[in-house]
Amino acid sequence: MRHIISLLMENEAGALSRVAGLFSARAYNIESLTVAPTEDATLSRMTIVTTGSEDVIEQITKQLNKLVDVIKVMDLTEGRHIERELMLLKVKAVGAGREEMKRTADIFRGRIIDVTDSTYTIELTGTGSKLDAFLEAIDPAFIIETVRTGASGIGRGERSLKV
Amino acid sequence: MTGVGQTDYPPGFTNDLIYCQFMEATGAEIVVRSLAEEGVEFVFGYPGGAVLNIYDEIFKQDKFKHVLVRHEQAAVHAADAYARATGRVGVALVTSGPGVTNAVTGIATAYMDSIPIVVVTGQVPTPAIGMDAFQEVDTVGITRPCVKHNFLVKDVKDLAATMKKAFIIAATGRPGPVVVDVPKDVTYHTTDFEYPATVEMRSYNPVVKGHSGQLKRAVQMLLEAKRPMIYTGGGVVLGNAAAQLVEVARLLGFPVTNTLMGLGGYPATDRQNLGMLGMHGTYEANMAMQHCDVLLAVGARFDDRVIGNPAHFAREQRRIIHVDIDPSSISKRVKVDVPIVGDVKNVLTEMLTLLKQAKDRPDAEALTAWWTQIELWRSKNCLKYNKQSPIIKPQYVVEKLWEVTKGEAYVTSDVGQHQMWAAQYYKFDQPRRWINSGGLGTMGVGLPYAMGVQLAFPDAQVACITGESSIQMNIQELSTCKQYRIPVKVLTLNNRYMGMVRQWQEFFYGSRYAESYMESLPDFVKLAEAYGHVGMKIEKPEDVEAAIREAFSPALKERMVFMDFQTDQTENVFPMVEGGKGLSEMILAEEL
Ligand SMILES: Cc1cc2nc3c(=O)[nH]c(=O)nc-3n(C[C@H](O)[C@H](O)[C@H](O)COP(=O)(O)OP(=O)(O)OC[C@H]3O[C@@H](n4cnc5c(N)ncnc54)[C@H](O)[C@@H]3O)c2cc1C
Ligand SMILES: Cc1ncc(C[n+]2csc(CCOP(=O)(O)OP(=O)(O)O)c2C)c(N)n1
Ligand SMILES: [Mg+2]
Repeated sequence: MRHIISLLMENEAGALSRVAGLFSARAYNIESLTVAPTEDATLSRMTIVTTGSEDVIEQITKQLNKLVDVIKVMDLTEGRHIERELMLLKVKAVGAGREEMKRTADIFRGRIIDVTDSTYTIELTGTGSKLDAFLEAIDPAFIIETVRTGASGIGRGERSLKV
Repeated sequence: MTGVGQTDYPPGFTNDLIYCQFMEATGAEIVVRSLAEEGVEFVFGYPGGAVLNIYDEIFKQDKFKHVLVRHEQAAVHAADAYARATGRVGVALVTSGPGVTNAVTGIATAYMDSIPIVVVTGQVPTPAIGMDAFQEVDTVGITRPCVKHNFLVKDVKDLAATMKKAFIIAATGRPGPVVVDVPKDVTYHTTDFEYPATVEMRSYNPVVKGHSGQLKRAVQMLLEAKRPMIYTGGGVVLGNAAAQLVEVARLLGFPVTNTLMGLGGYPATDRQNLGMLGMHGTYEANMAMQHCDVLLAVGARFDDRVIGNPAHFAREQRRIIHVDIDPSSISKRVKVDVPIVGDVKNVLTEMLTLLKQAKDRPDAEALTAWWTQIELWRSKNCLKYNKQSPIIKPQYVVEKLWEVTKGEAYVTSDVGQHQMWAAQYYKFDQPRRWINSGGLGTMGVGLPYAMGVQLAFPDAQVACITGESSIQMNIQELSTCKQYRIPVKVLTLNNRYMGMVRQWQEFFYGSRYAESYMESLPDFVKLAEAYGHVGMKIEKPEDVEAAIREAFSPALKERMVFMDFQTDQTENVFPMVEGGKGLSEMILAEEL
């Protein structure tokens, strides 16, 4: 099962490596990991997408909580939540394909943020599967470059992760 | 090249800062004064360029004693043993680079057994970090997977608080090693110094008190048991809860078993104690563990050496209550029914109160039937061995040591067969007397462990039960024993083999003894004498007891004694649960 785990930790040097090191040392899967300071600069917020059986996920959250610098851990997938990922992609935009590419981007609510005679750079946000779907919808021959941030997540409604 | 420690920081960074205008403390002073504030008695260490300022401050003080070991690994082991025996935080000090890498085995050993130590490491000056400077290693990176926490102190202003945090983190919750990496420039930078009484850490709050609802469920379950079992581990020793455990167990009348790390947590000579369980556990302990219907696990982590094949263990229906301060120890390898996160002493005390209040009593009839079954298992006498042998049996040496020291010695061991015999035949009635490496299984701990214990308890009898292979891994410490007159008694069960390896090769590799024979052994008597100690070689069973008596006699009280017992080369450790087998599928001595 795929889980999105959010955590808050002290924003100190080496914080990221403690988490990354834990995942590799204990052979946990890591699909993506995003991290940045929060509005309170002493805190870092991390979103980790991982897969594993219920037992493994239970161990992952326990082990994360055990890290001395970690303040709070929440498995977003245990409740209602919103997941978003940002993708930037540079595609060939020539001939008939140029119009077609713009239409597809519109359908997926993507925005063209940079244009040349022969390329578009498209910005697209959504769940990971929406981004996958976009990539499937276009001809792979047109793709020059893609970059994805990995998922960020937040609880819905009252559900929140804060100190 | 100038002298050690003079050129290992870049130009422009000179010691001038030491002569700062204010009456402030330097980083080096702060380290030393923090240790004194913590009431540290001994610092085990080895100097080098990066820590010379700290050593200079040590030179000027008399609050604690520095013990100069002969290898940094031994410094950490000795600090670790000091912690195991006293319950206080052990302290080691090493230089950057090779000092740190030598210390890593010691740190990992302490980590695996949850031992509270603080290791202060020197680092190259902050501007030199990352420059491949002389004797630079990424200490925080290298030690990260084998510490409870570590710090790189980049600003002298943070040093005092960091030292305080290190001691708090090492000693509380599930204990463990903490490394404080101090760059050389930080040791001569100055700041106002005041050692904080405590430091708040919003991210660190170990749970101490058990959940009351869970406690009630646990007590109910215990009182309903027909075939109960109490399984306790290192947590009882670490949490100083032996007295509470005895009370709970006596009140209930349930059988008790201890892990290798839990020995002494419940008196070994008590009838309710079934001995150690696990790979080399007793027949009765393993059978009772497998067949119980309610299991109370206390401060034990269901290690792979303890429950054998988990699928086989799960075949029998039983309800499990698990008390541990670390939630990640619970339901890690074995699913439990009633998890109780909390400190053992706290939880057992609460449990006792609830048990005393309860109207129900354990089912006396069922308990009698269960004990009858257990006594039947016990009557197999699984630890018997040939006492008529003309060759010294290793078990016999341990039994005699137990007799001579009246079961009151501190016993350290190395790793191998001798470790298992020590665990099986020395009956520990008190906690913190049995000092060994269980989790990492580090050969070479025995002698430095004995040093750490003996320094903590100068008048106690301290024995190190070792093998001729293990002892050679830190034999240089005989020199430290001489310098500080540490009168430990080493008992080498010399079977000329890495016996534990040989045993596996005999059982599982068609007796192909690949590289497990110990060739070219030194003459240990002469070696001991060369270091200024007393050496003895014992070759016949009838000489065993006299030798041990002599070693522990008043005449040799002040002397380090090295006893080299020539033991049976073919002896194996029984019972044994083979890897992958179930707990109740033991190989017993008689079956071979
Ligand atoms: C050659 C060899 C053979 C071995 N054979 C055996 C064997 O036959 N049998 C055996 O038992 N072991 C054996 N071992 C040791 C084994 O590898 C493990 O080290 C050991 O079983 C672990 O003991 P433990 O479960 O008590 O856990 P420990 O490692 O002692 O862990 C302690 C547990 O208690 C918890 N704890 C700590 N403090 C507290 C507190 N205050 N309150 C509550 N909980 C606390 C911790 O979180 C942890 O979960 C062998 C080792 C070697 C090297
Ligand atoms: C540092 C280290 N290296 C290797 C091992 C693997 N090992 C476990 S027991 C053992 C043999 C120990 O021999 P000895 O000290 O003579 O004890 P014996 O088993 O003969 O009693 C070895 C090599 C280990 N535990 N630690
Ligand atoms: Mg040997």
